Amino acid sequence: MSKDETAPASLNLGGTDAETHAAAGRDVFGFWVFLMSDAVLFALLFATYGVMLPATAGGPTPASEYKIGPIFAETLILLTSSVTYGMASVAMKHGGAQRVIFGWLAATLALGLLFLGMELHDFSEMFSHGADPTRSGFLSAFFGLVPLHGLHVLAGSLWIVVMMVQLRVFGLDPRVKINLLRLGLFWHFLDLIWIAIFSTVYLPGLIR
Amino acid sequence: MDRERRILNRAAALLVALPLLLGGCAALKLGVMNHAGPVAADEWHVYLILAVVLIFVAGPVLLLVPLIAYHYRISNKGDAFRPDWGFSWPLEILIWLPPIGIVIGLSVLLWSATHRLDPYRPLPANLPPIEVQVVALDWKWLFIYPDEHVAAVNQLAIPVGRAVHLSLTSGTVMQSLLIPQLAGQIYAMAGMRTHLHLAASRPGVFRGENTQFNGGGFHEQTFDVIALQPPGYRRWLTRVRAARHPLDSRALARVTSRSVAPRPDFFSSVPPGLFEHLMTASTQDHAR
Amino acid sequence: MSAPVWPALLGRFAWDSLPFVRAWQNPTINELIGAGAAAMVVVGVVFVVLLLTRLDRWRWLWSKWLTSLDHKKIGILYVVIALVMLARALVEANLMRLQQAVAIGNPGFVAPEHFAELFSTHGSIMIFFMAMPFLTGLINYLVPLQIGARDVAFPLLNAIGLWLTGAGAALMMVSLVIGRFSTGGWSGYPPFTEIGFNPGVGPDYWIWAVTLGSIASTLTGINIAVTIYKMRCPGMTLMRMPLFAWTSLCTAILMIFAMPPLTIATALLALDRYLGFHFFTNALGGNMMNYANLFWMFGHPEVYIVVLPAFGIYSEVVSTFSSKELYGYTSLVIATMAIAVLSFTVWLHHFFTMGQSPSINAAFGIATMTIGVPTGVKIYNWIWTMFRGEVRFTTPMWYALAFMMTFVLGGLTGIILAFPPLDYVVHNTLFLVAHFHNMLIPGTLYGMLAAYTFWFPKAFGFRLNERWGRISCACWVLGFYLAFMPLYVLGAAGMARRTQAVMETAYRPWLYVAEIGALVLFFAFAALIVQLWVSIRQRDANRVFPGDPWDGRGLEWSTSAPPPEYNFARRPVVDQPHWFFDAKRKEAPYAPPAEYHDIEMPRNSAVAPIIGIASGAVGFALVWHIWWLAILGMLVVIGTVIARSFVRDTHRIIPARAVERTERGWLEAVAKARPIPREIETSPANQGVALVTR
Repeated sequence: MSKDETAPASLNLGGTDAETHAAAGRDVFGFWVFLMSDAVLFALLFATYGVMLPATAGGPTPASEYKIGPIFAETLILLTSSVTYGMASVAMKHGGAQRVIFGWLAATLALGLLFLGMELHDFSEMFSHGADPTRSGFLSAFFGLVPLHGLHVLAGSLWIVVMMVQLRVFGLDPRVKINLLRLGLFWHFLDLIWIAIFSTVYLPGLIR
Repeated sequence: MDRERRILNRAAALLVALPLLLGGCAALKLGVMNHAGPVAADEWHVYLILAVVLIFVAGPVLLLVPLIAYHYRISNKGDAFRPDWGFSWPLEILIWLPPIGIVIGLSVLLWSATHRLDPYRPLPANLPPIEVQVVALDWKWLFIYPDEHVAAVNQLAIPVGRAVHLSLTSGTVMQSLLIPQLAGQIYAMAGMRTHLHLAASRPGVFRGENTQFNGGGFHEQTFDVIALQPPGYRRWLTRVRAARHPLDSRALARVTSRSVAPRPDFFSSVPPGLFEHLMTASTQDHAR
Repeated sequence: MSAPVWPALLGRFAWDSLPFVRAWQNPTINELIGAGAAAMVVVGVVFVVLLLTRLDRWRWLWSKWLTSLDHKKIGILYVVIALVMLARALVEANLMRLQQAVAIGNPGFVAPEHFAELFSTHGSIMIFFMAMPFLTGLINYLVPLQIGARDVAFPLLNAIGLWLTGAGAALMMVSLVIGRFSTGGWSGYPPFTEIGFNPGVGPDYWIWAVTLGSIASTLTGINIAVTIYKMRCPGMTLMRMPLFAWTSLCTAILMIFAMPPLTIATALLALDRYLGFHFFTNALGGNMMNYANLFWMFGHPEVYIVVLPAFGIYSEVVSTFSSKELYGYTSLVIATMAIAVLSFTVWLHHFFTMGQSPSINAAFGIATMTIGVPTGVKIYNWIWTMFRGEVRFTTPMWYALAFMMTFVLGGLTGIILAFPPLDYVVHNTLFLVAHFHNMLIPGTLYGMLAAYTFWFPKAFGFRLNERWGRISCACWVLGFYLAFMPLYVLGAAGMARRTQAVMETAYRPWLYVAEIGALVLFFAFAALIVQLWVSIRQRDANRVFPGDPWDGRGLEWSTSAPPPEYNFARRPVVDQPHWFFDAKRKEAPYAPPAEYHDIEMPRNSAVAPIIGIASGAVGFALVWHIWWLAILGMLVVIGTVIARSFVRDTHRIIPARAVERTERGWLEAVAKARPIPREIETSPANQGVALVTR
């Protein structure tokens, strides 16, 4: 078997950095498997949310709580952050200057933090008029699902900070490259989850 | 001498074993084997059919394992030794097809039995069923007769030959009501209503219980189902009504408190809608 | 003046959280048993600490074992955890049986709450801290060897999994000494375990111990799956792997997908209890039926997580001790995969009685029976493996035979329970208890013990005592039948599970027999310990350093016993299944390699112990509401992970010269050893080299 056959397709260091590419196969594949497990967590929370949607217990309903404006802005911010991360990956693949990679990572981090800030603002607004998780089963399910995504974004942001420091300390050594690949998977995965949240939590909630 | 002693020993062992065996049969009298109603009888019937089929499922394995292991023991040099043999199509078909066939056959039986014995399905009867509302409490059962406006704790009286419809809910954690000699079990859950249909075909006293662990008094949460001939059942109702012991708020507070009921208790009148009230009360905020 | 300080420092700890204090205040037998158990934990810990200090072994323990990333050592430590926890859970089982045998028409000597703690810890331990660590340890030890790898894919992650499991097990032990455990059973059904009905620390102990175990198993699953997909030696295609590797792969996949539902179930229950959410409460729209679904979406695949590795073990054992190729390798692989997939389609049969429509019940009942087909196929595969072989009745083979006979009976009662109308009658009764013990004792425990006996010489370099092994095996089998066959009868007679006292005198004879069975099972464990003791004392007479005491088939037998840290001096290249078995017959499998190379192995790391201890502290702190400790522990975990990512010097080189020296020593021992025929393989004449006749 040649190395190319065993390497996962997600690796995009192929032509430019054969050595890291070979080493990354196992590590990146392992991270894919982890993401699958994480996806099961989210799938179950989505299912729980769907089941508990009617359990408003006479309290706030989706239609009364969700606001399309901020949610749409958050969606755009998070999607843009995926693009900026993608730019960082492209720069890494084509041997771009560290400065450039650093810049794109910083942009991603800024967008991620902006997203988190807006999301926290949404939550505090919900709290302010009594829509907190102790109010009903529906709100429990909402606050079990959406903040878990936020927690992932927070973890991703912390990870970006760590990688920015490592970029400065180690430069682009193979482990930094592999970790940037994994971080990329993680960040895009969060985007995917958000799209699912946007289209199965917020949109149907607003239609009703 | 030795032999005599051995015989004596065996006789003694038999003497010890005999009550064990007899006692064992006594235990089974409490179960579905000694069914006393059409539902339990049908369940037992399904079991018997299944048991016969299962003999053919397990039999070959139970025979072949010791036979083949012993026959091909290493000290038996007289037999074929084929260390490289590891596959045969005929055997493969023999391994896969019969189990698949048995499962398909059993599936048909399972599908029809499950629908026939659905606890939510009313029993075929000329008269409408006796309505009983069951509230699972810690650690007792409250039986409300909405049409008769009486109630009992830890005693369920029913007339022989009449279908009975139980509606269940819980005033506390999830519980499970089982009367092995009459029917299968169903959960009782707070804020929800589940159903169970049963009937007794002969008079008697049958054991009912909660099978879902719910704390310290769990093992004492049993009750008697008393199947009476219709006149006896009417007398039972009259007696309960005559007791002048209403299920007022004080009595209700005592019944719903976390405690074991040492003996059955009877209530001559019940506020209307008590069952629905208890069903929703347990979902209010103060009662998590 | 200290009033505001102590709660901040110690959370909700109070003096009567200690069983010793409770026993002092209220010296009943019940409290004394609790205090005695706590004392045993304390004395055990003190004894081990003193012993290590006396023998001056702390440094040895730390550098050779606790910080090691060697998959073999991690595997052994897993099994050690499993055996310790098995001892505790067995004692608890005996206490419960004794209580039920005594408490017929009277309250007995164990109070109801205490009895509930006993069945809750017994179940939680047996599943999460006995079966899981045992099989994880075996997989850890064997899979890299079987697929010709030098280590698992992520050695550090592996160690972290071990330490998280250890932290969970430690929480279980701590619950004996400080506070009380949950009374909600191993499945922890709400709303009974919600704060409104159970405000104490018990359910919190359960939640965090199980969560730690669950996360550890997820990590293990990822690691094993990647190891098998990515680390196989050249020529080891998937369909050339030994069957144990296959079942390990399926178990790993099940762990990856089935542990998350458990994590979610316990996490949501924790949100309910700690932050006042309403997932499973009675009030405000909570719904415990969601919990039942989440829990059993984990719970049923879990059955196959613990059974499949044993199926792999039986495949290896039966084939080896029948001196014959495994019958129907391909169909066994297909059956294993089929079981893994089907295991996700049957969870609802754990609550047929929840009031759903008969069509749903019937569909899940049929799916349940369908699993019986591939499982039955496996049994026949093992039968036809013995057919035209030369069967050697060694201890592992006895376990395998007992398994086949007993497991079939469990399968039968499983089909009975798969019939919803029959399940209605015996659900939640001792019939159910008998059924799942009938699956798990032969299906998991016998398999684990067969593996322990079978691969022990590989791991430690000497064989276990055969006589005591057989005595132990006989007791496990006899004890099982005595302890659990009566429970079928009692369940059919309507005796509910988890009853602290029994009101029906008709149950008496069966409860007596079951109690005797429990004693026999305890004796079986004692025999196992005696076997270990005797074997260690006689180790010099039973050495099998060359490494192949049973004329084995897989690659794991082609190295020394115990194998060197790097497993293989040169990575094996195989061109067929059972390459080693055939090489013994056709070419020389013990030829030295043309040249030796440096080998790179992971360095020891303290990261895993730090994360494990910090996570355990977080769990303990959350149980007792000691918030400062919980935050501190979390920060330590996160900080350790970040700090580790800055470490670049993670590997060390074993120079070619050292490898050559080790390898030559081994090959000399192989050349010196007298090959022995199969008939006397359990005698001291067995020096670890098989006499090959054909």
